[in-house]
Amino acid sequence: MQILELSALELADEIKKGTIGVTEAAKASLDQIRKEDSKVCAYMTVDEDAVMKRAREVEEGIKSGRYTGPLAGVPIAVKDNICTKGMRTTCSSKILENFVPFYNAEAVDLIEKAGMIMLGKTNMDEFAMGSTTETSAFMATKNPWNTEHVPGGSSGGSCAAVAAGEAFLALGSDTGGSIRQPSSYCGVTGIKPTYGTVSRYGLIAYASSLDQIGPIGKTAADCAALLSVLASYDKKDSTSMKRDDADFMAAFKENPASLRIGIPKEYLSEGLDEDVRKGVEQAAEYLKEQGATVETFDLGFMEYTIPAYYVIASAEASSNLERFDGVKYGYRTAEYDGLHDMYKKSRSEGFGPEVKRRIMLGSFVLSSGYYDAYYLKALKVRAKIKQAFDEAFSRYDVILGPAAPTAAPKLGTSLSDPMKMYLSDIYTVAVNLAGLPGLTVPCTVNEKGLPIGVQLIGDCFAEKKLFLAASGIEKARGAWTLPFTGKETL
Amino acid sequence: MAEIITDKTMDEIEILAKLHLTDEEKEKSREEMQRMLNYVDMLNTLNTDDVEPLTHIFPVSNVFRDDVITESTPKEILLGNAPEEKDGQFLVPKTIG
Amino acid sequence: MKQYETVIGLEVHVELATKTKIFCGCSTAFGAAPNTHVCPVCTGMPGSLPVLNRQVVEFALKAGLALNCEINQFCKFDRKNYFYPDNPQNYQISQLYLPICHDGFVEIETGSGTKKVRIHEIHMEEDAGKLVHDDWTDSSLVDYNRSGVPLIEIVSEPDMRSADEVIAYLTCLQSTMQYLGVSDCRLQEGSMRADVNLSVREVGSSAFGTRTEMKNLNSFKAIARAIDGERERQIELIEEGKSVIQETRRWDDNKESSHAMRSKEDAKDYRYFPDPDLPPITISDEWIAKIKSEQPELKREKAARYQSEYGLSAYDADLLTGDKALAERFEASIAAGAAPKKAANWLTGETLRLLKEKNMEPGEIRFAPEHLAALILLFEKGVINNQTAKEVFAVMFDGDVDPETYVSEHGLKMESDSGLLTETVKKIIDANPKAAGELREGKDKVIGFLVGQVMREMKGKADPALVGDLIRKQIFG
Repeated sequence: MQILELSALELADEIKKGTIGVTEAAKASLDQIRKEDSKVCAYMTVDEDAVMKRAREVEEGIKSGRYTGPLAGVPIAVKDNICTKGMRTTCSSKILENFVPFYNAEAVDLIEKAGMIMLGKTNMDEFAMGSTTETSAFMATKNPWNTEHVPGGSSGGSCAAVAAGEAFLALGSDTGGSIRQPSSYCGVTGIKPTYGTVSRYGLIAYASSLDQIGPIGKTAADCAALLSVLASYDKKDSTSMKRDDADFMAAFKENPASLRIGIPKEYLSEGLDEDVRKGVEQAAEYLKEQGATVETFDLGFMEYTIPAYYVIASAEASSNLERFDGVKYGYRTAEYDGLHDMYKKSRSEGFGPEVKRRIMLGSFVLSSGYYDAYYLKALKVRAKIKQAFDEAFSRYDVILGPAAPTAAPKLGTSLSDPMKMYLSDIYTVAVNLAGLPGLTVPCTVNEKGLPIGVQLIGDCFAEKKLFLAASGIEKARGAWTLPFTGKETL
Repeated sequence: MAEIITDKTMDEIEILAKLHLTDEEKEKSREEMQRMLNYVDMLNTLNTDDVEPLTHIFPVSNVFRDDVITESTPKEILLGNAPEEKDGQFLVPKTIG
Repeated sequence: MKQYETVIGLEVHVELATKTKIFCGCSTAFGAAPNTHVCPVCTGMPGSLPVLNRQVVEFALKAGLALNCEINQFCKFDRKNYFYPDNPQNYQISQLYLPICHDGFVEIETGSGTKKVRIHEIHMEEDAGKLVHDDWTDSSLVDYNRSGVPLIEIVSEPDMRSADEVIAYLTCLQSTMQYLGVSDCRLQEGSMRADVNLSVREVGSSAFGTRTEMKNLNSFKAIARAIDGERERQIELIEEGKSVIQETRRWDDNKESSHAMRSKEDAKDYRYFPDPDLPPITISDEWIAKIKSEQPELKREKAARYQSEYGLSAYDADLLTGDKALAERFEASIAAGAAPKKAANWLTGETLRLLKEKNMEPGEIRFAPEHLAALILLFEKGVINNQTAKEVFAVMFDGDVDPETYVSEHGLKMESDSGLLTETVKKIIDANPKAAGELREGKDKVIGFLVGQVMREMKGKADPALVGDLIRKQIFG
């Protein structure tokens, strides 16, 4: 049996039946990492001994009945902005190159309790700021479908790891599309849950009011199973929401025929590549085949989402990243003249250009004289955007659209023009501004052989409808083959 | 029109954000920020009178903990990542009054 | 020379008496070894998040309602951004846009009567860590034990005009916070800190002058000196035709002077914005009503009651209620059976004298209220005289002995055997014929000398009044 080709739920099932051992599965993942990661560069840190030790422990735990969950024994990758006790957590930034947390993120505690095996930490855009994983201070992750292309970002390492068979599942984080866009580029499924669904405790903050951790996997069902593990109220996170509907697997028992799908007209207008537009139309056809009703509508406020997002995200980031100062942890410059020189040099040498750009913008929009004109204004626009979605969800169960205007661009073509890079977030940031859940599911492959995913957006707490719609697309689309399968090399 | 970003603005931002930029970097950043603000300025074309700013997605309030002591972190562990420490404390360049 | 008026407003930080910090479960206990009351939250570790301590809100509400404030029933926390090593996140969680309380007032007693000092607002915030200078490395060391200890900042309007008014205001805040149980408000330990905003203007002018903010004031004396010093400095500048610069200054009480805390690296722009990690607080009418109903009797009501109920003088009532611990001691003594006026005398007299002498606070009083009541009774019954009572009290003050046991064990009871006393009086009159003669001639003053001689012979164990009567009886028959 080809272990790596199994979905996470299939693997867990085999483990339960005893046909595959936990250590066998962990070893298969490690072998694949050893084989492929020098090309893909998905991982920042892998501790093989710790993985095998943990696999043996979980193997025992499953036998003894300690781990009974649907994902027990499944290897998982964790994005490097999620704190892992005893394992360095860098945010792919020089400023945290040697930072080893002494505490776990709540999400990490939860996957451990579920009996999952953490394989290691995945590369990302520095502090999750970027759309290609090229702003990482350490390396650029490559797209497993074509290593001349980017995997997307910021959760590029996590998505590439799943696409390359280097992990069955992964944790990502999404502040403005950082799970959904790379999922589309890498041909995997990823969901940004409703704000407050997954605890942010231990997620190194980029923009606190927008950040959410979410699952990345091969199928919608794998993501639903992992989200069922992650969605739990955490009293350590004051923005955590109590939900009593966290059994997301229930979605797959329902019929997608009942779904009312809306496609915002703005999502199909100028700026969208033809192959992606075809992908969205294909997905609409798939959903219709499943009996769902699909129509287009005017959502509104599209042009305001990117400016509002960058003002709010940069403002929060400028404050959240103040703690990286060379005092308590992280990088401190070698030579300095006094306290403020130490601060300035440590931060200037420790942060990369994109992070500095956003810190500066954020500091400016919060400064006196500009707060009302930029920051407060953006918060008001945010309220308007939320209202537009509320209106849309009074008529539709799910909004369908692209996750990005293009398929994965080539490496080295995106960073030269920051504004252009920001504009490519057009289909994803509104979801974060409104706190909504958004899911990307692979739909088709373009002429160049690159995958194209589509985005499904739901009302707050309506993740089940997204899983249901995604399962409809999966059913109509048929089996989805990831690039590592059936190929000698990537 | 958006605010004009001057060199003086950039100097102030360096102090606020605790960043040090070379003259070249400063000029590049100034241009980038100007471009971004010119773009962001479009927010002002949307009427938001009578709109409350949205700071929290959900109308949740009063998330409290009880006043009960929980275990603290041992100081050796807390200081484990410190660039410099002395006598169980974080060592920093001299601060003045 | 022109006449100047001093205009003063205060920003008073009060450390709340919670068990744990404002946003984490670390202890607030004072005096622990550096960095032992710390966790990821109060040291700004990446990924940590704040969760608000309910008791902080409760205490802030108690304080606000006692200071006659309006309550913002919807309030929020904001981040105040500035870099400093004692501030682990490099932002302080505070309240700017919607502070919990606003528009209150207190009434203070001044030489010229009662005066109202308005309170602009009260907000909740977290304290910073502690920085100490290390001479060996010429560096600073950071201890985060105080980081995250809850504070309220009480901001007054510029309604005070002298150091006396400032001290009356601070004393009033101190006593109110103590009665509420919200804070112990000790200036020396830093659980109450006052920053003084001061400007001067010509008498008669209605416009305010440029103000400065004075920090590092650790005692009432330092506050008074700093106010006088700053007033003089500003007047001097104005008289010289220079202008006062709006700035923060640090008072050095040893040098009795201040210096500007300026640095070109100091961000004067705090870029406040609502903290996205903390949902807002909504305060219901019921919550406010509950806190109001639980409000204890505060100083002014208590002092009025002591006068009406126990017939104390305004002066004594004020002294007794000046400190919560002293007032509690007074009430406990009455409950233990002491006559109110006598108990008041002991507490405002000997007790305060000894506390001052030993540099102690009323909270540190050791003797039990029952023992004070017993001592008063011993004196009332004539078992001991006034001098003995003071001696016994001094012993009680140091070690809380039972006065009855102590008096009997040390044989301090007054001699009631009139035979011995009469004999001694006779002996003293015989030994002092000159004094006896003068008394007989009407020089009444001399009686004191004779009584003293008898008391000495009796080793103090006699009632001086009785001794006087016996002497007169002997001489005049």
